[in-house]
Amino acid sequence: MNRSYLKFEQVGMSFHRGKTATEVLRDVDLSIAQGEFVSLIGHSGCGKSTLLNILGGLLTSTKGEVFLDGDVVDHPGPDRAIVFQNHSLLPWLTVYGNVAIAVDKVFGASKSKSERHDWVMHNLELVQMAQARDRRPHEISGGMKQRVGIARALAMQPKVLLMDEPFGALDALTRAHLQDSVMEIHARLGNTVMMITHDVDEAVLLSDRVVMMTNGPSATIGEVLRIGLPRPRRRLELATDPEYARCRAAVLEFLYARHRVPARAAA
Amino acid sequence: MQAKANPASVAAAVPVPGVTAEIVTFHPPMRPAVERLRDGAGKLAAALLPPVIVLGLTILIWQVLCSSPGASLPAPTKVIADSWDLIADPFYDNGGVDKGIFWHLAKSLSRVAIGFSLAAVVGVALGVLVGQSLWAMRGLDPIFQVLRTIPPLAWLPLSLAGFRDAQPSALFVIFITSIWPIIINTSVGVRNIPQDYRNVAAVIRLSWWEVFWKITLPASVPYIFTGLRIGIGLSWLAIVAAEMLIGGVGIGFFIWDAWNSSRISDIIVALVYIGIVGFLLDRLIAFAGKLVSHGVSAQ
Repeated sequence: MNRSYLKFEQVGMSFHRGKTATEVLRDVDLSIAQGEFVSLIGHSGCGKSTLLNILGGLLTSTKGEVFLDGDVVDHPGPDRAIVFQNHSLLPWLTVYGNVAIAVDKVFGASKSKSERHDWVMHNLELVQMAQARDRRPHEISGGMKQRVGIARALAMQPKVLLMDEPFGALDALTRAHLQDSVMEIHARLGNTVMMITHDVDEAVLLSDRVVMMTNGPSATIGEVLRIGLPRPRRRLELATDPEYARCRAAVLEFLYARHRVPARAAA
Repeated sequence: MQAKANPASVAAAVPVPGVTAEIVTFHPPMRPAVERLRDGAGKLAAALLPPVIVLGLTILIWQVLCSSPGASLPAPTKVIADSWDLIADPFYDNGGVDKGIFWHLAKSLSRVAIGFSLAAVVGVALGVLVGQSLWAMRGLDPIFQVLRTIPPLAWLPLSLAGFRDAQPSALFVIFITSIWPIIINTSVGVRNIPQDYRNVAAVIRLSWWEVFWKITLPASVPYIFTGLRIGIGLSWLAIVAAEMLIGGVGIGFFIWDAWNSSRISDIIVALVYIGIVGFLLDRLIAFAGKLVSHGVSAQ
């Protein structure tokens, strides 16, 4: 298996405002294999979102390169579909329309009209939203919106699926439900996934590896933890699993003992 | 490590079994029809009664104030008596400018329709340009801000000089009056399109043209319709004044003609019609906006 399907090489990012430059990211090196589920965790302001946006092509790194499947990443594209934190559904389109706008654009040339329709419905079924196809975003719950956001991203058949705190705005029960859905979909489709999260449990539950970021400015990767838990994982059984507890403790130790929030460290 | 994702296996995947649907529609128990009818009538009365009472009182006060023999304005009863032919038959046509009030209103409305439609098309186009291009905004916005304060009638002599004809001049006055709020509101709408929508467009790689049709226009619909509503109100204000000056058929000329013939009651009837038509125009645009905005609201 290709160990570096997705590769960050010496990626650095500085923002310039007037004469002052702020270095957000420095020397980020990371290789991700195809089919791997990697979480990015760190305190607020550590540049996680910046790193994800560089991979998404929405930002251009000031140093280094990102390679995906042998190609340099330098613009946004459907091969790096993004699930946004606030779902970013277009409110004037129905659930179906929100997925179809992506499918029609990405597969407009390669699939016939009826194939595209079937593909939209297939992806809505994948996230259990087929029944709500004619609703508009303001008529469905936050969890359902995020499901549609996931369906839209999956429908682009991305080489890597980017998730920017996908469940951050949801209540705990809905979040658990969606995490289970994401695990099922990942098990079935074998997508390569890079997810940003603030939630230690979520990172350990979903990931093959957890990438822990140091605090900014000039944040970089502090530690990478491999989660050796067998799949499929069930949250109830994991609650008492010693390996789960060990991984969880390791991430907590990194975040709260070694890299505390800067403000608190100073106090 | 997970299996390699290949399109064939992705397409063959089936929905996750054992997961129930999330959408449940609840039907509240139906209450007896009589009870619902009574509730509905109560609500209707609550909405209708206050305006009816206030209107009645206003007419009563007007009647009392204008009933003295030396009153300069006619009382409501006198208005109805004087202008009954106008109220009863708005559709008569004796040739020339001696027509029922319907024909005058129709002529004014057609002028507004043409001038306002032009303003809507040009205004939305300029608004999108100003909203999308920083350079265009810096160049055009100061000019717009100065021009929009010019009163509608101040344009009339200039347009008469330019067009050398009354008809296009009236249309131009409507156009130039209603275009500013359309431009300004559209540009605000385009500037306020959330970055999220632009990110979505970037990820699926929409072309500039597709972004315009599929993102920019629908996202700014609530703002555009706010501009259109203000614009149609202003054009209805301007047409009456413009027609007083250009003459011919039209509700503005009708009022001016009535004044010259000292038919004060006719003026009052015309004012009531103008008010009702203006109100209907506003509601029409609001309704159209509601139809096309699909629950998108201005932030």
